[in-house]
Amino acid sequence: MDFLTIIQIADSGLRLATPLLFACLAGLFSERAGIFDIGLEGKILVSAFMSAAVAAVTGSVWLGLLCGVFASISFSAVHGIASITFRGNQLISGVALNFLASGITVLAAQAWFSQGGRTPPLMGEGRFMPIELPFALGRSDAEAAGVPLRVLIDQANPIQQVYSEFISGHTILVYVALLMVPLSWFVLFRTRFGLRLRAVGENPAAVDTAGVSVIKLRYASMAIAGTLCGLSGVYLATGLGAGFIKEMSAGRGYIALAALIFAKWKPVPALGATFLFGLLEAIANRYQNIDLGGFVIPVQFMQALPYILTVVILAGFVGSAIAPKAGGQPYVKER
Amino acid sequence: MDKMPKWADVALIPFLNLLIAFVLSGLVIFAIGENPFKALMTMIDGAFGSTYGWGYTLYYTTNFIFTGLAVSIAFKAAMFNIGGEGQAMIGGLGVGIACLFIPTVLMPHWTIALVFAMIAGAIFGAGWALIPAYLQAKRGSHVVITTIMFNFIATALMGYLLIGPLKLKGAQESASASFPDVTNLPTLHELLAPLGISFSKSAPANVSLFIALAMCVVVYLLMNRSRLGYEIRAFGESPTASVYAGISPTKIIIVAMMLSGAISGLMAVNATMGQHERLILNAVEGAGFIGIAVALMGRNHPFGVLLAALLFGFLYQGGSELSLWSKIPRELIIVIQGLVILFTGALDNMVRMPVERMFIAAAKRKDA
Repeated sequence: MDFLTIIQIADSGLRLATPLLFACLAGLFSERAGIFDIGLEGKILVSAFMSAAVAAVTGSVWLGLLCGVFASISFSAVHGIASITFRGNQLISGVALNFLASGITVLAAQAWFSQGGRTPPLMGEGRFMPIELPFALGRSDAEAAGVPLRVLIDQANPIQQVYSEFISGHTILVYVALLMVPLSWFVLFRTRFGLRLRAVGENPAAVDTAGVSVIKLRYASMAIAGTLCGLSGVYLATGLGAGFIKEMSAGRGYIALAALIFAKWKPVPALGATFLFGLLEAIANRYQNIDLGGFVIPVQFMQALPYILTVVILAGFVGSAIAPKAGGQPYVKER
Repeated sequence: MDKMPKWADVALIPFLNLLIAFVLSGLVIFAIGENPFKALMTMIDGAFGSTYGWGYTLYYTTNFIFTGLAVSIAFKAAMFNIGGEGQAMIGGLGVGIACLFIPTVLMPHWTIALVFAMIAGAIFGAGWALIPAYLQAKRGSHVVITTIMFNFIATALMGYLLIGPLKLKGAQESASASFPDVTNLPTLHELLAPLGISFSKSAPANVSLFIALAMCVVVYLLMNRSRLGYEIRAFGESPTASVYAGISPTKIIIVAMMLSGAISGLMAVNATMGQHERLILNAVEGAGFIGIAVALMGRNHPFGVLLAALLFGFLYQGGSELSLWSKIPRELIIVIQGLVILFTGALDNMVRMPVERMFIAAAKRKDA
């Protein structure tokens, strides 16, 4: 395996990590405020569908983004109503929303486009295009030199290879996702809002005593989670893919939850965890079975690895994962 | 009076919850440009209009009784077992291994094969629930997360086994060899023919239906008439109080989860042994998840589970027929399933609070 191959796998790992990162940060805001969100999967799915559907009809990916995020936020709102206002079981609500999303996207796709539960393929302005950063080798350089881009990158020096292949050439949402990591850290750990949000997830009664509304904070966290999860779905359908396909979220919401535990509910480790899981997916996509000198690792093992790692982490063998204390409990003001 | 009468709690509120879920489902059908009443008639006709339809409805019902009972036992112990899907898959593996590898000399009749398969399915299903249960009991890692993870691990494991070691050599499909004929379970057609009742030959409902019904009784007796059942319920109502009563939380969590896994695993007797007669990739078809809806709707009571399973059996079979005869895709069932879980599970208080207030206000007026 040469250097460039490693860079290419890392590049594809970053792409595959992006939807996980958005969803993981969404879960982070939600769980830090004391609300379990196993509905990430469903929100990714509705947002992927809405963004692709609107982008296909209007031809504008930005309108698609708006509608995708809106769909995800409305699912978040239902989750909020069920788990904050009516103090229902947050896990059950999440499960319900996942089913609802998985069914309704296919129903709507079939009713609107009649293409067997998918949207028409997105073209041109209908999807996010890769951004070429300054000084990176791109299509225009290849045309000027008269050789294919692949050859041009192959001949470049290692730094240029890393820059052109790994850092440059992603869609805008990848950079937005990366930017969200420091931003989330700042909001959660350096602002008053963040402090209160975290407090609500640990001890809501104390926040209430201080005269801050628990309900409002939790709804705010739901709105943030909805937005971030929406971006995850939008990227999946209009950046990574070119249109919506039935069940295209393919368990990413759950992998994001796994990454959240792996990252111990912290933004910067969340980047590391999602990138690791993205890399695993990239490797599994590239090599069917990995031969380690006679010992073959089956591809299914690579696919299951994120889940196995999470169970190991949860088992407390590699550091302990301590969730926010008030997670999953509805807040009742007076007893 | 500061409480609702019992009938309102047991019947009225579930009915209202379901009503909302079904009205919304009807609106969804209307929104995609179809007629909800026509759709309902097609579904009823498809599910109950012939013995063929009944055969499929009862086949699905059998699956859902097993998974519904499994989820309900865990619920009673305040555990949310989302892992029914994986436990049923691995239960299927156990059933498959029993049918494929126990020499047919030891299984001269299907009844004996059935006993072997049930034991294997239950042990494998329970085993798959053991690790999440142990981690919850000993390490406090949330059973919901670990059982979700174990569903995915089960899928990967089955994928590996059915592409690799267990795959029938030379076949295109990812499936095992067919089970020996002696392990094939009698269908309702074969069971009812001697009684002079004609039943569709091609429908998959089989003798497992009676095992499922018996399991309802067993679970009822276990939960309501045994010491273990009492301990499970006490722990589920109040873990701290039950510790003072000398109940070990570790034991209850592990036992309840393993019982749950074992019953999920038994589902494979119906699907893998009764219907497919070999190991295939997706034998469970989401029944593990439907168990959640069934348990919630059935209020965790075996009789309620039975009724809810029949309703979902109808929805499943009716939904497939609907997708054949109309433009409504099969995924409609998943929408209905989601709405049922949402309104009977998560949004229960939305109906309960106003109804409760109404009853209390009415009682006060009577007093005054």
